[in-house]
Amino acid sequence: MSARSLLAFLAVLAVVGLLAFGLLNKGATKIAVGEAVPDKVLPALPGPGHGSIAKYRGKWVLVNLWASWCIPCRQEAPVLQRFYERNKAHNTTVVGINVQDNEDDARAFLREHPTGYPQLRSIGNERSAAFGSTGVPENFLVEPDGDLALIWRGPVDDQFLRERVTPLIEG
Amino acid sequence: MKRALLIALCLLALPAAAAAAPTHPAPQTTVNAIEAEVMCPICGTLLELAESPQARREKVFVAKLVAAGKSKAEVKDALVAQYGPSVLALPKASGFDLSAYLVPILAIAIAVVVLAFSVLRWRRSGRDNEPSAADAAADAPQGEDAERLEADLSRYDL
Repeated sequence: MSARSLLAFLAVLAVVGLLAFGLLNKGATKIAVGEAVPDKVLPALPGPGHGSIAKYRGKWVLVNLWASWCIPCRQEAPVLQRFYERNKAHNTTVVGINVQDNEDDARAFLREHPTGYPQLRSIGNERSAAFGSTGVPENFLVEPDGDLALIWRGPVDDQFLRERVTPLIEG
Repeated sequence: MKRALLIALCLLALPAAAAAAPTHPAPQTTVNAIEAEVMCPICGTLLELAESPQARREKVFVAKLVAAGKSKAEVKDALVAQYGPSVLALPKASGFDLSAYLVPILAIAIAVVVLAFSVLRWRRSGRDNEPSAADAAADAPQGEDAERLEADLSRYDL
């Protein structure tokens, strides 16, 4: 094999290697029921202070990813608030995580749709990526030990919470 | 007297009125200039091409900052603070996106090496083709030709 052929072979190999590396790295984060919930300390919304899902270890936590520009999130907010009010005395809470949004819009959303449950704010899509999220809203039920019990990529309503979430919480 | 008092009051009121007037800082950049250089993170396209609900809110955010007299760099910093670094139309310096920075550097390095080798080969082949002293002596005109060349050269000698 001549030096020129070897060089061409190495160049092709480098391009193929780069493409393969890209395909392996571009895949979204996969999370699954039974795995630990992705968690991180985040700024509280509207603040001050910080919070995380781990803060509620020992409780069932319904994590809700939302954004102010998301129309289904507006319809979902009162549903989640009702769920929270019904279940807060039963070792259960809701944690909202605002994603892919700007803070002013997020605050305005919470003024319009006040929630009694804690709200956190993620800058950009950092938390969405951690949850393997493809959009908003998305909901994740976390067991008291911190493992995922249910993943629901879409909005929830009263019927869904009654039929799919409540039986898990009540065991 | 009344007139003088009125004028004095007007003069006193002037600075207060000026201070109360709304100030509009001169824009340092344009909304279009920003939108052409930042991303709609949800859509994965330039903001100027995006029409999603998130893009519309991002455009409002940009417009507010431009109207407040912020520079392009300040607007971009504010966008990163709100939407994360993916809002800039720049690939990440980690994972696969790192190749966007490395590949051009590698390509330039390879091009430099190839060019250096080519120049060396070209110079070496040029030296090999240079005529030797013996070749030059053999090619030199002999006898009658040499005399005629000498005569011609001395005729044009300045």
